[in-house]
Amino acid sequence: MPEVWIDILAVLDGTARLAAPLILCAMAGLVSERSGIVDIGLEGKLLAGAFAAAAVATLTGSPWAGLGASLAASVMLALVHGFACITHRGEQIVSGVAVNILALGMTVVIANALFRHGGHTPALGPGERFSPMALPLSETLREVPVLGSLYAELVSGHNLLVYAAFLSVPLVWWLLWRTRFGLRLRAAGEMPEAVDSAGVSVPALRYRGILIAGLLCGLAGAYLSIAHGAGFVREMSAGKGFLALAALIFGRWKPLPVLFACLLFGLLDTVAPRLQGVDLPLVGPVPVALVSVLPYAMTVVLLAGFFGRAIPPRALGRPFVKEH
Amino acid sequence: MTGLPRWLDIGVLPLVNLALALLAAAVVVVLVGEDPLHVFAVLLQGAFAPGALGYTLYYATNFIFTGLAAALAFQARLFNIGAEGQAMLGGLGIAFVCLSFETVLPGPLVAVVAIAAAALFGAAWAVVPGWLQAYRGSHIVITTIMFNFLASGLMVWLLSGPIMRPGQGSPQTRLFGEGVWLPAMHDLARGLGFEAARSPLNLSFLFALLACAAVWALIWRTKFGYALRAIGHSEEAARYAGIPVRRAVVVAMALSGAFAGCMALNEILGVQHKLVLNFSAGYGFTGIAVALMGRNHPAGILAASLLFGALFQGGAELNFEFETITHELALVIQGLVILFSGALAYMFTPWLARLLLSRSAARA
Repeated sequence: MPEVWIDILAVLDGTARLAAPLILCAMAGLVSERSGIVDIGLEGKLLAGAFAAAAVATLTGSPWAGLGASLAASVMLALVHGFACITHRGEQIVSGVAVNILALGMTVVIANALFRHGGHTPALGPGERFSPMALPLSETLREVPVLGSLYAELVSGHNLLVYAAFLSVPLVWWLLWRTRFGLRLRAAGEMPEAVDSAGVSVPALRYRGILIAGLLCGLAGAYLSIAHGAGFVREMSAGKGFLALAALIFGRWKPLPVLFACLLFGLLDTVAPRLQGVDLPLVGPVPVALVSVLPYAMTVVLLAGFFGRAIPPRALGRPFVKEH
Repeated sequence: MTGLPRWLDIGVLPLVNLALALLAAAVVVVLVGEDPLHVFAVLLQGAFAPGALGYTLYYATNFIFTGLAAALAFQARLFNIGAEGQAMLGGLGIAFVCLSFETVLPGPLVAVVAIAAAALFGAAWAVVPGWLQAYRGSHIVITTIMFNFLASGLMVWLLSGPIMRPGQGSPQTRLFGEGVWLPAMHDLARGLGFEAARSPLNLSFLFALLACAAVWALIWRTKFGYALRAIGHSEEAARYAGIPVRRAVVVAMALSGAFAGCMALNEILGVQHKLVLNFSAGYGFTGIAVALMGRNHPAGILAASLLFGALFQGGAELNFEFETITHELALVIQGLVILFSGALAYMFTPWLARLLLSRSAARA
């Protein structure tokens, strides 16, 4: 295989790995925000999920138990958000900030209490996490030119949750655009009054929306600590929830464009460290720290409508008050 | 807004919400296996023991600035959650002025220019999201979040290259000359003939108090403050009344960013005496909790800042006293305060109104 092809495969492979948690979180945000609930608490749910997964996987030795705990922790925070924003019609931004800070504090406090390890969990062994899986025939087909190595290197050899991430995109699309539930959920985010007058409960729809968001963030959290990584490190979400939020806006709240935004941001993240010390003609050394914040800058520019336009769901962030 | 009498709304509701937050934190402590009363006692002792008060007030200084920043924007119903990034830029402003001028100009003059630069840089970082919200319709919450990350990228880039301390690998600038440092309170006290314990508390605490007074006067005694409050009540009505809403939004964000930038006075000009990475340490977000608890009023913000200052200083003591509880408990309490006094602010309003008002009605 030529050198360049190997490099390209490695970059694409890295992109898939770094994009996976972004995709799950962005899909979570998509479902929640399409139902009308702003979710800046993606980061907190991701972090709580990551901690719960690592802690339970450590205690039980089973990654599946860890995954279950991650889903439960993330859903619990989603319910806090729902209780504040849907039941009590509180400010959705404020509630999201609360969720993020709560997760930040709780994960470290509980980690210290359980493991006394400075807010980390002990490193997980191979049987305690989701390992890379070889897809069928990947070794046999490896010798087929181009497609064989593409299949063996890029498509095969990821852990279960990467496949879950890529699968979540068509699933969310199908759920939101091909089912009756999806139609109603999107209507709750665009024109809740119409949903209400059709006799369908807006709060119930929105609760289901944030529940799905909680589950997806839980998957992403488990990915960070018991699939991609091997244990929880404090603040390990490191802004990925916010990056996913940026991807959600960049992809204009539509599944396929959001997927591409996540892949683009994942690609930038993969390429940035490789640019360390590279000299560009005219520019000089590449400022890597600035490359890695490019996604945020692009999102600001897009949101300002300087190229294209990102229009959020119409009722996004507006609490629904039923008329009597 | 709540339909409650003012004394209930301002005096009682925040205390009820604080009590709820502490109660929920106590549940966490019990789950971890410690005695909550003991934990809170250690917290209080750690915050107000002799010698600790200076530290409590030093933390409070940060929270007053970021709390005022959040509150000023809240008055016009703007969510500025970019105080973190604006504070970083404030620090950058101080560093630029100090590193460029400290050898050319006398120290105190450099300090004055540096203070102005902190406010100016912080304001500039907030004006862009403000302008984008007012004139391009982008949501200020998202833009300010993005600007936090942009600021942090900018800091990493500058501190690991262009303005890094020569001949050293860690991301910080060289120490500023002693002439530009803000004097520490214990030194000022000694000058006046008192003896005070050494602490990081410095002159910027007094600036913070002045800022409280200035914000009060601005919001309740000027035409601009009236415009802000009008926008906060109803943007539509404000526009109909002829208030230039867009311009007011931009100016409000500028002022908000200026106060957030001034947080760097305390941390950089007062304590660190050099620009370091991550000096804002999440205090920008604490400002949101402070503003919510203080009901966006400078007096309330002062009180809430003292409370959070005590929480952070007392929290540091937890590390020494307990094996299982660490100072991150302060973060948990902070999150709960935001939840109860922000997102769930009015959960207990009807209940409280019935309980207290029926009794006073019966007495009358």
